[in-house]
Amino acid sequence: MAKLLINNVSLKYHTIEDEIEALREFNLKVTAEEFIGIVGPSGCGKSTLLSLIAGLIKPTTGSIILDGTPISGTTQKIGYMLQQDYLFEWRTILDNALLGLEVMHRKTPDSIARVKQMLKDYGLSGFENSYPHQLSGGMRQRVALIRTLATEPDLLLLDEPFSALDYQTRLAVGEDVCRILCQHRKTVIMVTHDIAEAISMADRVIVMTPRPGRVKSEHVIDFGPEYSHGSPLKRRESPKFREYFAAIWKELNSNEQ
Amino acid sequence: MNSKQGRQALYSIEHVRYLRRIRVRRRIIVLLQIMLLISAFAIWEAAADYGWINQFITSKPSRAWTAVVNLFNRGELWRHLGYTIGETCLGFSVGTMAGIIVAAMLWWSDFISKILDPYIVILNSVPKVALGPIFIVWLGTGLKAVVAMAIATSVIVTIMVVHNGFKNIDPNKIKLMHTFGATRLQIFTKVVIPASIPTMIAALKVSVGLSLVGTIVGEFLGSKAGLGYLIVYGGQIFNMSLVMAAVIMLSIVSALLYYIVVLLERKVVKYNH
Repeated sequence: MAKLLINNVSLKYHTIEDEIEALREFNLKVTAEEFIGIVGPSGCGKSTLLSLIAGLIKPTTGSIILDGTPISGTTQKIGYMLQQDYLFEWRTILDNALLGLEVMHRKTPDSIARVKQMLKDYGLSGFENSYPHQLSGGMRQRVALIRTLATEPDLLLLDEPFSALDYQTRLAVGEDVCRILCQHRKTVIMVTHDIAEAISMADRVIVMTPRPGRVKSEHVIDFGPEYSHGSPLKRRESPKFREYFAAIWKELNSNEQ
Repeated sequence: MNSKQGRQALYSIEHVRYLRRIRVRRRIIVLLQIMLLISAFAIWEAAADYGWINQFITSKPSRAWTAVVNLFNRGELWRHLGYTIGETCLGFSVGTMAGIIVAAMLWWSDFISKILDPYIVILNSVPKVALGPIFIVWLGTGLKAVVAMAIATSVIVTIMVVHNGFKNIDPNKIKLMHTFGATRLQIFTKVVIPASIPTMIAALKVSVGLSLVGTIVGEFLGSKAGLGYLIVYGGQIFNMSLVMAAVIMLSIVSALLYYIVVLLERKVVKYNH
């Protein structure tokens, strides 16, 4: 059974001046533990798609089915990571990481201990009682990931999660995040405008058309067994990487016309 | 202290000189501030003594001081100060709390906020002094009318500033809360309130001054105690020393109240080093 099914989903935004069709008959099937990368021109409805899956907005037509039940509103099975860390500057790192659990009334001694352990595992020990402004961009992004993982979702939505970071940090954090997600065996849907990032992390890359967005093509990324669950940096060095890059680049550019 | 000295020993001579220069500069500024005040009073005193200005209408610092001492000896000083400070604090607290509650309601319902918007703008631009006689008719002269006046002068600004702060919170922080399935109340208590604390303090700084304005105006219009009463009473019997003494005390009170808000700010906004 598919983990997530997106059936003929369309979405229209209404403003006083205009009506915008963000998505038209979008279809996607995601199996469990799959890492999906979605790329597309800016404004093609990538982020809208994630908001739909997260249950923050409702599709105009079509349905989204998670584990056999249609999505209506937010669910604790889904974790959503936004473009920036949006850590609350008045909360300590530990309290930031606990935010989701607190909102869901699941903050217990056990869950607190688990989050503390995660902070330790991901190189943030000693920072539990620091405030966000005392951390580097990469560290903050890791705290945001822990905040998302703390609620134990099994589907993760990443909306250009590294776009606010500088290139160096971006590669390093991408490496960390990939390792962490593989280790937790999560199903992931990551939206990005960075083709290389998508290829280096995903099992399958979906290319979207310009607005109204729909699936233009799919690329199964297979670097061979020695690269499976491998590091994004290592994947970037593989000769196949360039082939995938060239193919997807061409797809996206033919969109432009 | 010890660690500071220890650290200083590690600095280069240039850095130590730089620190000293800054320290000296800061001291000179404070010194000049104090001297400016003292010389203003000294010139005033001398000008009155040598007859350059008419003591009868300008009074002079030493006579203002005598007026304060007289008030103290008659046991009235603390009563007047107490009334003004008490009325201001009462008006300020009630006005601030009411303002924050109304701002929260406006944040809660954008619809209500849109409906009330023009009325709030108009209420803000109406000179609150004009309401004084109404309060006196409704509440009688004295404490109640004065406090009502203090509330009226400060509450609208508090509503506007705080509501603006509530509205200007990063929508992505709210989106983040939505992704966790947060209720509107959770969003309010966990994001909106803590994120608006700096704005609320800024509102307090404005409204503490306005509450004092309201209190003094209220005391002008109808009261039997307070610095505002002393000023009007002194003016009526042409006792300018009393008027000047009350105005000087009023300046000190207003500085003190403002300083209390600044202290509060330092205590509350600790993450914003």
